[in-house]
Amino acid sequence: MSIIAENLSYTYMPGTPFERVALRNINLEIEDGEFVGIIGHTGSGKSTLIQHFNGLLRPTEGRVLINGMDTAGKDLKELRRLVGIVFQYPEHQLFEETVYKDIAFGLRRQELTEEQTREEVLKAVKTVGLNEDILEKSPFELSGGQKRRVAIAGVLVMKPSILILDEPTAGLDPRGRDEIFGFITEIHRTMGITVILVSHSMEDIARLVDRVIVMNDGTIEMDGRTGDVFSDIEKLESIGLSAPQVAYLMKKLKAVFPDINDRVYTVSAARDELLKHLKRKGA
Amino acid sequence: MINSNITIGQYIPGESIIHKADPRTKIILSIVFMVVIFLVNSFWTFTAMALFVLLTVIVSGVPMKYTLRGLKPIMFIIIFTAVINIFTTGGTPISEKVPFRYITWEGLILALKLAARLALVIISGSLLTFTTTPILLTDGIEKLLSPFRRIGVPAHELAMMMSIALRFIPTLLEETDKIMKAQAARGADFDTGNLVQRAKSFVPVLVPLFVSAFRRADELATAMEARCYRGGKGRTRLRDLEFTSVDTKIAIVTVTFFTVLLLLEYL
Repeated sequence: MSIIAENLSYTYMPGTPFERVALRNINLEIEDGEFVGIIGHTGSGKSTLIQHFNGLLRPTEGRVLINGMDTAGKDLKELRRLVGIVFQYPEHQLFEETVYKDIAFGLRRQELTEEQTREEVLKAVKTVGLNEDILEKSPFELSGGQKRRVAIAGVLVMKPSILILDEPTAGLDPRGRDEIFGFITEIHRTMGITVILVSHSMEDIARLVDRVIVMNDGTIEMDGRTGDVFSDIEKLESIGLSAPQVAYLMKKLKAVFPDINDRVYTVSAARDELLKHLKRKGA
Repeated sequence: MINSNITIGQYIPGESIIHKADPRTKIILSIVFMVVIFLVNSFWTFTAMALFVLLTVIVSGVPMKYTLRGLKPIMFIIIFTAVINIFTTGGTPISEKVPFRYITWEGLILALKLAARLALVIISGSLLTFTTTPILLTDGIEKLLSPFRRIGVPAHELAMMMSIALRFIPTLLEETDKIMKAQAARGADFDTGNLVQRAKSFVPVLVPLFVSAFRRADELATAMEARCYRGGKGRTRLRDLEFTSVDTKIAIVTVTFFTVLLLLEYL
């Protein structure tokens, strides 16, 4: 399921004193099954960009094609089934009396039998690592982490081919964060769906994604393999971002030990590299 | 998405003398304007009032498109009252033929006048909010109401409620927009179906919206108490309202204009 953006520009409230250009001439292609991270500081256009991928926003100029289908077209229902977006703080969108009904909300618009619906809901609940007995509870009596998983299950239940997550772990503790990233990588791996992750955490991006897109002031500033993007620390810093902390450590170590490989961006890779280096030294 | 259609209560930054004037001047003159618009009656005084409003809009620097957009939501009321007036006023029918014999010249003229009055009142009212920040507006209302505190009018509390309400209009609109998008992303449909289906489709928006409004109210109350908010008594403010020469000029020009108009009308 490929995503193609051609000369995409978007302006908020055109023709008013509050007019603001959010995206300028974006050209982008995301292939099937990629795990892509989008980074950029607040107001760089990340959220505006992802809302174009399921037709919530229509391009002011240019076009967006999802698997060859123009998002400005008529069939929004199919488009929104294909592309699932989990917005920031998705738990704020819960509204039903029970968790079951809330997760099943998206399925109601598809012609499914009650059993099929139940089956899909159970699958989604399992995917996000929640227990079945939660289904009859009210979503408002759950903990913050549980609410968020229920909300994500409400998107996953539609079986999207492209999953977009906008800061899915904002405000969660480290354990909640790891659990959410755990099942996201799991569904990416087993179901082969395209995952786009918007995040402010360079550590999470470095750990999870294969390709990083850096947004700045409504344009794509950098786009490449995770390692290539994070190796250009100067450029990242010039637009107010940073590399993962461990990258700075490795850079400093390289100044002292020149034969160390400093193109390492996760803690576990850094450990391996240091062990390797120590072994070389020892030998 | 929805934000662009609601202009009432919105502030448009600017540097015009109308922006600079004291909110009390603007509020009082707006009220005077409303009284005068219902006192004038002849064609020429109406034209003069319309020109006066036009001039004020131009001086304020607010785009004309914006002022006219404010009329859209109340268009229905204007047309409704106009139609009622056309058919219910007695007088000379415009024609003896069947559909027209129920329409009188008097009714037509009355309907036109009423429509013009409503439109001008709305334009001048929205101009007040276009050129005054919500904080200044409520400060002005509080100051104007404070003489009535002695007879039990809770001036400060009223002003505080109003400023909180005004402050949260954009926040709640944004919130609505966000929730609508989130529900649309998981398959909600707000645009098709009959009236009942459409009304039902807003449940997934209204429930989270109420939940978030209560949460925000709670947070706001805590934040206010944490800063020792205790209501109006003994509260001072960062910027006290002050009448300046701008206010004198505006008041003199407007009041003179209204007086001349009323004298022409009734003498």
